[in-house]
Order: sequence, then structure tokens, then C-alpha cells
Amino acid sequence: MLQIVFEGEEKHFYANKLDKVHMKVAVLLKQVPDLAEELEVDESGKALDTEYIKFRLNEYDEHALEEAVCLKESGQAAEIVAFALDGEEVDKALFSAMAKGADKAVKLTGTEVEGSRQAAALFAETLGMDYDLIMTGVQSVDDRDGMMGPMLSSMLKVPCVSVVTRVEGKGSSVTVHKEYFGGLMAAFDVQLPAVLGIQAARQTPRYAPVSKVRQVQQSAVIEEKSASGVSGSATSKVTTMAPPTKTGGAKILGSVDELMELLKEKGVA
Amino acid sequence: MGNVLVITEHMKGEFQDISFEMLGQARKLSAGGSCCALVYGSMKDRSSELGAADRVLCVGGSDDFNPETYASAALQIIQSESPDLVLVGSTSMGIDLAPVLGVSLDLPVISYCSCIETSGDNFEFTSQLYSGKMDVKSTAPKAVAMVLAGSFSAEDGKSGGSASVENVTADFGAGRVQFKELIEPEAAEVDITQSDILVAVGRGIGGKDDIEVAQELAKNLNADLACSRPVVDAGWLPKSCQVGKSGLKVNPKVYIALGISGAPEHLEGMKDVSTIIAINTDKNAPIFDVAHYGMTEDLFDICEELEDSLS
Repeated sequence: MLQIVFEGEEKHFYANKLDKVHMKVAVLLKQVPDLAEELEVDESGKALDTEYIKFRLNEYDEHALEEAVCLKESGQAAEIVAFALDGEEVDKALFSAMAKGADKAVKLTGTEVEGSRQAAALFAETLGMDYDLIMTGVQSVDDRDGMMGPMLSSMLKVPCVSVVTRVEGKGSSVTVHKEYFGGLMAAFDVQLPAVLGIQAARQTPRYAPVSKVRQVQQSAVIEEKSASGVSGSATSKVTTMAPPTKTGGAKILGSVDELMELLKEKGVA
Repeated sequence: MGNVLVITEHMKGEFQDISFEMLGQARKLSAGGSCCALVYGSMKDRSSELGAADRVLCVGGSDDFNPETYASAALQIIQSESPDLVLVGSTSMGIDLAPVLGVSLDLPVISYCSCIETSGDNFEFTSQLYSGKMDVKSTAPKAVAMVLAGSFSAEDGKSGGSASVENVTADFGAGRVQFKELIEPEAAEVDITQSDILVAVGRGIGGKDDIEVAQELAKNLNADLACSRPVVDAGWLPKSCQVGKSGLKVNPKVYIALGISGAPEHLEGMKDVSTIIAINTDKNAPIFDVAHYGMTEDLFDICEELEDSLS
């Protein structure tokens, strides 16, 4: 067997070439109520009144998409496919994902889904083992019944690491940084296929200009896949949803003079 | 009344406060039943700290957290113990464990739990959703609940008593996730956990250049500068300034929050401070629920006026 040995700079050059990985990455996106809005409970008393509110992409999913696109730009991912369940303003989110660098977008239709666990089951059914890496936001503002990424990994029987702030492709594995608290982190090597719950991309998520998104809307097509129903699984029963009871609340100060008095009283000013 | 199992969390040889908080509540919830604590690695040598439990189950394994091995071991123990309620921290480690256990055990997972009570044959949970804007109550006879730090008293979990300590064997899984190393944060210029007075800025500060206004105020008050996560993510201040769940827990005498909405992750780092003053133009911002004093005027106007008064 011919064994090629490279020295010095040559070795570095060829090692990089050999390390070039070709991960096929799925990024799972979800629209969530825009928290800038005033939120109200609907007639049932158990759910949000969504009739008049705006939706936006889950901010952690934005980070997942950004990190995935960065992986592709650095030659570590070959293809990025964005997925989302059908719903409010989902087409917009998927076209935007393609404008930001996703190669394809797939919308799962045909089934009403309630909660992240059912969403995980639908993704498990659709994605199967087609992807080397599945990336999604670490959590969302409405994942009451568990974080979607880890649940998906359990259903697919693949490993998952959550609260990830950095991903590096290493061929048949990835090295990730997991964030704890106070800036403390841990590095893990994870065999592929795997699911990652992303906390933050390596850089601020890019913005897709409206013109670019329009361009994509003209030229690209969102693939639709219908997913069959999800079989029942353990659920908890929601009894009420309401704004938290205010426990006393802040004493509103009428003027900066009052604030100064307070600061002096506390020995600060 | 039922059996409750708490998955303890540790870092660098110390049980995290969340472990004691969950244990204290588990003790109450399991009245009549049994309350166990699951302990990893060499933390078994500190089992005597978990006196609030009836039994401490030591699975061995590595001291370094590993999503795969810790979940795999916990799964086995829970399968053999069959508790009605499993408590896991709503933390970085907890996110790798609770949802996975819920699926594997076919138990409902309850996220962002700030309150757990019993109600007949059920447990009743309160989950904080939409960044603290809504409390959702739910019930289930059995569940895996992810408990928010600071929801229960750590003191309750440190109460005396002695637990029986048992070594249990577990399978740690397929070895597909390998821990490589712990990465320490960069040395901070200022350790805000030791500060007496903090001026903290949130997204409302607007941009990196606008932080100067808060910096001036901090200087005039002999205070240190702190911030919420979005400010660090945007690169306006270093990680060492971050207060909150993935940042630092602070305990100054006075905490002045400028343009901080008060998302639960931020509150986790400062809600017990004895004097909290919040300035935010959104009168509905959750920060006003924990603040003792507040103003809804524009923070730049307030800072400008304060500057004049202080100089």
C-alpha cells in the first residue's frame, strides 16, 4: 500500500483537504408568538389568543440556522435543509432561511400538532436517519412539554447535546461547546448522526434583506411533505393559562428627585 | 403523596443549589412516600449533605457531566425505582436529561416549573412560559418536571436527617458522546458577584455606544457595570458582566436595571437582591414584578437627569 507522507506546510494543506467534511444538516425551525406583543389568554382560559398577534422565528432556531450556514461556508457541511411544521407565517420563515443560505426548505403538512413532543415525533418520522446532523434551537418560549431537540434525539435513538455555542465538523463526529453558567463551558466529541440544541451561533445571526427573500420566493420552491398522525404519548393536562399574579410590584417613583432621595437613603449616592 | 426521585446536579465537587431546592420540595411532595436522590461519580462521598432524602442512590460514573452517560444511568435507575415524579433542574444539564427521560419512560415532561403541588392523585405544576408573561398550570399523575432555579428553598433541602446510601450499578450507554475538557471563562476584570452596587443594562440600552451612559452612571455611583444576555450576545459587553441563568448570580445591596425586561433567565441571577430599581418604558415588563422601585420614563432621560443631580 502506498503511504504518502507530507511534511510541514504540505502536511497542513492536505490534512485540511482530508478533513473536509460533507455533513448533510437539517435545521428545524419554529415560529413563536412575538413577545413584543401584548399577550392575552383565549376564551378557553388555557391557551394564548393568537388571532391578532404576530409571530416570529424562535430566536434560538435563528442561531441554529446561522451556525449551520457557517458550517457550510467553512466547508464542513455540504447541504443545509430547513424544515418547519406548517403554520402561521411559516412560508416566510422558510424562504428567509433559503435567503440566508439553506439549500432547500421543507414544510411538513397534513397534521395538527400540539406541543413540542408531537412536533418531535413528526420530525422523527420525516427525517429518519437521512441527516448527519440535526440542529435546532435549544428551547423556545412555548415548549411547555419539553425541549424538542432532546426528545427528537431520544425518538431517533441518537445522541444529543444541548446549549451548544460552537460546532466543528470532524468527519464522522462533531466537536461542540456546551455552555454551563458564568461562562463555564465543556467540550464534547459527538458521533454522528446526532441532534444539537443550539444556544448561540458563532456570530450574530445574519439578516436576509427583503429583496433577497423576494428573489428566493420567485426562484425557489418550498417542498411539502405530508406527515401522518402521531400516536399518543404521555401528556400532561393544561388546566389554566394566566398572566402571573403580581406579587406586590414595584413602587413607581414620580421623579428623578425621588430616585436621588432613594439612592441617598440606600447609601449609594 | 407519592415517590419522588431527584436527579442531583454538581459542578467541581459541589452540589449545585438547585439540587437542595429540588430535594426540599421533593421531601414535601413525597410525604407518606419516599424521596430519593440520584448522585453521580465521587459526589457519593458528599451524600451526607443530602439528609433530606430517604435514600441516596449512587450510580458511579464520571464526575464530569455527560449528556449520554448521565441520561442512560438515570433511565435505568428510574425504570427500576418507578417513582411517580422525577425532578430535574431546568438548567443546561437538565435540558440534556429531562426531555430524553420523558420520551424513554413515556412520561410527560413539564418545562420551566416554578411550583409543584399535589392535587388528589395528580401533581399540579406551574410552568412559566413566554418569557415569564404567562403561568400555565397543568396536571399529571406521573411526570418528569424541570425545576427553575430559585423556585424552592435550598434551606429546606439541607435539613437534617440521614439518608441510607446505596451503590447502584448502571449502564452508561454506547459511548457516542465523549467529554473532552472543561473550558474556564476568561478572567474577569471585575467580579460582579462581589459588587455592592450594580448598574445593569439590557437590550433597551440600544447599542454598544450607548452603554457609555450607563458606564458614566456606574462610575458616579461607585458601581460596577452588569448586563443581561442579549447585550453579551451582541458583543457590547463581556460575558463576565452577564447576570442570569447562563451568566452569574449576583448579590449587591442595590441593583439598578436599565432597559431590562426581566426574562426569567435574567431574574434567576438577581431576583433576591434586597433593593432592585428598574427603569423600563414598558410598564408591563416582568422586571417590575421583582423590582422594589421603578420608573417608566426613557432611561437616557433619567440617566441624564441623574448625571446633573450627581455632579
